[in-house]
Amino acid sequence: MSAEPQSPWQTATITRIERRTPRVTSFWFQPSRPFVHLAGQHVDIRLTAPDGYQARRSYSIASAPEAGAAIELAIERLDDGEVSPFFHDVAAIGDEIELRGPLGGHFIWETDDGGPLLLVGGGSGVVPLMAMLRHRTLQKSAAPIALVFSARIWDEVIFRDELIRLDDRRDGFDLVLTLTREQARRPADYSRRVDAQMMMQVIERLPKAPRLAFVCGSNAFVSAAAEALIDAGVAAGLIRTERYGV
Amino acid sequence: MVTRGFFSGRRPPSDTDARIPPGQYLEQGFPVLSAGPTPRVRTEDWSFTLKHGPRPIKKWDWAAFNALPQSKMTRDIHCVTAWTKFNTPWQGVMIDDILADAGIEPPTAYTLALSFDGYSTNVPAKDLVTGKAMVALLYEGKPITADHGGPARLLVPHLYFWKSAKWVNGLQFTERDEPGFWELRGYHMYGDPWREQRYSSDP
Repeated sequence: MSAEPQSPWQTATITRIERRTPRVTSFWFQPSRPFVHLAGQHVDIRLTAPDGYQARRSYSIASAPEAGAAIELAIERLDDGEVSPFFHDVAAIGDEIELRGPLGGHFIWETDDGGPLLLVGGGSGVVPLMAMLRHRTLQKSAAPIALVFSARIWDEVIFRDELIRLDDRRDGFDLVLTLTREQARRPADYSRRVDAQMMMQVIERLPKAPRLAFVCGSNAFVSAAAEALIDAGVAAGLIRTERYGV
Repeated sequence: MVTRGFFSGRRPPSDTDARIPPGQYLEQGFPVLSAGPTPRVRTEDWSFTLKHGPRPIKKWDWAAFNALPQSKMTRDIHCVTAWTKFNTPWQGVMIDDILADAGIEPPTAYTLALSFDGYSTNVPAKDLVTGKAMVALLYEGKPITADHGGPARLLVPHLYFWKSAKWVNGLQFTERDEPGFWELRGYHMYGDPWREQRYSSDP
């Protein structure tokens, strides 16, 4: 929980690009000065036009700290955005991008912090939670984690194959998908927006009450999910949130 | 460094350019950001305490606080997550008027703003007085909604907006410049948007 070290702007090279869903694509950035982040942290990205105009945005890191120097950012295309359309339409392998990080000292989890953890993600809000899950896997941690991941439809479940593979290991990670515009496809999944009853049922599937809850997504999603957690009996002081959008 | 292929972007109109600090973009909405769930503070449970270190100087309940002189401030605000919003209209009690009602001048050079949810943030005393800051009670003429910090939030519009503590319930004068919640987690001790003081390592 300490303040991050010096983190000046640096260039990073795009080394890999992979489509995740129709609207989300992962980009891997190899920083010129590599760093080790904590699961849940973000980086700032800065784009500069020839006339000097700059646009700057924050993106959560999806990769685990142990995964190597290249960091994965899963970027959702926002049609009225100015940075995400650049990545989706223009950016290519080999391009150099300015970034700064790692940043953030609150929405973070290390295996030493222990569990059980309750993770709740809406849409691309799953990205920092994915870093926590991958960190748990690479550390061979037994910390119990439940992830409630709300997406509109099955094909917008980011990291779907990887999440289901992790769920199939039955090693203390429990994946709960909830689709808001389609029927559930797996027996224990849901087809509605997150609510207190869903949170209570998920908490019952954990071996004991969650030590911490991390909630990430749009402001509307995070507000609803945090209320649901509180109504399900999770103390407000155990709930950490990260919100984006209006 | 020019980014290959980046030409478009939301350049602000040239007449507003000078009002947008470096690295910020103009936002029409009002995004919500917070480290935890939104506390629901009822005005009957609300209070505001002025402290010097651990010692309370004066405490107001909702009615007494609302009876203090009210002022309006319309200001541009700047969030560290890079959005800037123009002309946000607030009404509330200037810190000058809170201190006057308590019958004190700032006893130290530093403060921590304190909130119902345990949040805190440090602001130098000189940045709160002489008409620079208020405890806001209304936004656009209406009670501030809970997700924007209601019933009352600090408003220090010339600093990044994490300094404008939501759900504020006290102001504590401190002998030293004590870091608050985000300042302990890597954010800048002062937070001047015009000098881009976002993170602790920024000059």
